[in-house]
Amino acid sequence: MSRLDAKRRHIVSFTLNGAPAEVEVEPRMLLTDALRYGLGFTGTHVGCEHGVCGACTISIDGAPARACLTLAVAIEGAEIRTVEGLGPAPGRLGVLQAAFRRHHALQCGFCTAGILMSLDAHLFRHPDPSREEITEVIGGHLCRCTGYAPIIAAALEAAAEMRGDTRGTGEAKTSRTDGHA
Amino acid sequence: MKPAPFDYIRAESLDEALAALKQYGSDARIMAGGQSLLPMLNMRLAKPAVVVDVMRIAALASPAVEKGSLVAPAGMRQAAMLARPGLAAEVPLLSLALPWVGHVQTRARGTLCGSVAHADPSAEIPLCLVALKGSVRLRSAKRKRSVAAEDFFVGMMLTDKADDEMIEAIAFPTIRPGTGYAFAEVGRRHGDFAIAACAAVVEQGRMRLAVGGVGDRPLARDLGALDGSALDDALNAFAWELGAGDDVHATARFRRDLVRKLGRQVLEQAAERANRRDAA
Repeated sequence: MSRLDAKRRHIVSFTLNGAPAEVEVEPRMLLTDALRYGLGFTGTHVGCEHGVCGACTISIDGAPARACLTLAVAIEGAEIRTVEGLGPAPGRLGVLQAAFRRHHALQCGFCTAGILMSLDAHLFRHPDPSREEITEVIGGHLCRCTGYAPIIAAALEAAAEMRGDTRGTGEAKTSRTDGHA
Repeated sequence: MKPAPFDYIRAESLDEALAALKQYGSDARIMAGGQSLLPMLNMRLAKPAVVVDVMRIAALASPAVEKGSLVAPAGMRQAAMLARPGLAAEVPLLSLALPWVGHVQTRARGTLCGSVAHADPSAEIPLCLVALKGSVRLRSAKRKRSVAAEDFFVGMMLTDKADDEMIEAIAFPTIRPGTGYAFAEVGRRHGDFAIAACAAVVEQGRMRLAVGGVGDRPLARDLGALDGSALDDALNAFAWELGAGDDVHATARFRRDLVRKLGRQVLEQAAERANRRDAA
């Protein structure tokens, strides 16, 4: 048993986007704040702080989860992925991110990091998702800009691209200028 | 929107968790997946002095099938249950209701027992447990006891659990021959709190309806073998007895109407499924 005192800071060790990471936190610190303030990973956004809006969604041990409903001390030893881990290199977009850009699947961008993380986890496990599956996954997110339709289109196109199947992706294919080859 | 300070205990065994509860009583809170507790901490509706994390207790992770029951221990996540091969054949009602629990992103962390401990009146897992006449297994440092789900939930977010007890597991009765099950829910959006949720069990023509989101806890009624207007009358009486209230999401009148209409719909669906199983 380990007992962590409320008034002290404790070191939590985990894997962040494939690299070992450590952060010093009080037991009450949320994972959102540990990532943002403790480690400077500000890609994870903070919206409602009670699990409803989905902006803070990250991947914990391969499954999408709310960082705001997770204590930083509880992720000792876990594999964490954040939106910073999606791009192949600094300043480059991943396949899913590039599809979002082509489809205008974001406007203000506040909800985007969370949605990307949910979709990334889903596409990894389900490379050929139906529209209904995508709708179910993004049902756990609030977006007040897009009306969701372009997000669904982007997700389906990214899935097709990752499968190596570019048939039926339509006009977006020709306008692609970024992302990796 | 940040939790008040607390000591954090990472329990490695059930005994360690129970010892902490014995020592701190109502000042301690058990944390499993945290999907109900963290909102309470963030909003400071709960300000425990000690949070006891039970997710590292290996013995609480895996479900067990005992005679006539599927037993979900405190550390079993909702996503793990939903992904269980054959759940639809073991506890059909649970496999119908689990997709309505929160979202993919909360089911990945949230546990079944945690939802039962939280006892939100609109929650689906407590509703299933009541509909199926399941039970809650409680444990403290000095004793173990099992409580029928219908006696466990005593009011809005109030349960029969004592301060030094934790839920060790919950037991869902498995499918019985000739029995049909159905579930339906109405909410503002999928994943929101239910305005009304109905779970039906029809066994040998005898109907049982459980309703969540309307009363202060999930409540069930055995309706016998009614049909036609007699069933409408019984559903109407049940709807009024639930003591529905008005809130920002729905009026009491709308909730009663959902009990009458959605209730009838799930009962008919469950009866049809029971018949199909009989024929098969």
